[in-house]
Amino acid sequence: MERIPILKMGELLLVTIQVDMHDQLAMTLQDDLTEKISRTGARGVLIDISAVEVVDSFIGRMIANIAAMARILDAQTVLVGMQPAVAITLVELGLTLPGVRTALNVERGMALLRAEVQPTRVGLGEADGDAEG
Amino acid sequence: MTPANSRLPEILKRRESEILERWIKEQLRAATQRRDLLPEPQLREQSREFLSLVAEAAGKGSLTSLDGPAWESVRDLLGDLSRSRASQGFTPTETAIFVFSLKQPLFDVLRQEAGGQTEALADDVWSANTVLDRLGLYTTELFQKGREELIARQHQEMLELSTPVVKLWEGVLALPMIGTLDSARTQVVMESLLQRIVETGAEVAIIDITGVPTVDTLVAQHLLKTITAARLMGAECIISGIRPQIAATIVHLGVDLSAVITKATLADAFQVALGRVGLVVQRAPARS
Repeated sequence: MERIPILKMGELLLVTIQVDMHDQLAMTLQDDLTEKISRTGARGVLIDISAVEVVDSFIGRMIANIAAMARILDAQTVLVGMQPAVAITLVELGLTLPGVRTALNVERGMALLRAEVQPTRVGLGEADGDAEG
Repeated sequence: MTPANSRLPEILKRRESEILERWIKEQLRAATQRRDLLPEPQLREQSREFLSLVAEAAGKGSLTSLDGPAWESVRDLLGDLSRSRASQGFTPTETAIFVFSLKQPLFDVLRQEAGGQTEALADDVWSANTVLDRLGLYTTELFQKGREELIARQHQEMLELSTPVVKLWEGVLALPMIGTLDSARTQVVMESLLQRIVETGAEVAIIDITGVPTVDTLVAQHLLKTITAARLMGAECIISGIRPQIAATIVHLGVDLSAVITKATLADAFQVALGRVGLVVQRAPARS
């Protein structure tokens, strides 16, 4: 079965979606990713959707869900490389993805994730400090 | 068609020059005649050409409809005429009166021709009246169409002109909005802004609404959509150029802009933007 690869880079997970998303693929990704986060204890997830040209409301909601689930598992999600057409579609659909961090490209996304993840690594015991920031 | 109707083309042909003389005299006497815009020789030429074409078309084609090929040359002439008159500054009424003023001389001639036969006269007058009415209305229609084309073209030009996205600094874009925002324009604005964000890799975009006369809920909603779309792509938006009245309107309308950075002037917004990309502006050390 077709799967989207999830790469592990230290404490971060890197997901690059290179094919057109369809519903089953998104469901599989959601399951795989949550599974992998809990298994590896990853602190950050970077999803690169620069190759995705078309989204529908289901895929949009899946992205929001994945981010929300990752947050519950204590991993920050950064969505990078969204195409203008995709952004317009999501806004028109009313899916503004609140709480999901975004960046223009993988490089900036990585920088953002590292800045987010680093402080929490230092203060491992302080779960409250993370929720405030 | 009654036989009486078919007398009109024949009369037009036979007494064309006489009708023409009377018609021109009529036009020159009329109060609506604009001698300042149209010199007499030119008027004479236009009238002669029009009358001869009408006489010819009436002989060949139907008198009840002007759509046929027989009337094509008349339609073309009227088209040129109303276009040139419109550009000379004639009103549509004055152009239409050019056609309608033919009625009186034509009816006079028809009366002479009819002798005492009132029934035949009534038929002739009726068919001549129908033709001239249609021709007159046709000029008005053309005039209107010309104006509509002009308006549509200007609208399109305005749409293209009014949405520039300028680069202020490396990583900082500005979008000075001018004029009223509607759905169609916002769509264009949003697309060009997002496209430029991709091209330049800008992190911050400043939307300056100094030139937007009013902000209502719809405009605010359009702005918020643009900002959200930019955020989804990873760029931050700052709204600047909010005038005091507009700030009051936004609050009265209950529009929530708390999630957006807003600044009073473009300069303030630029300062914030520079801070976001990690730059500071410093005064150059004084020269000694």
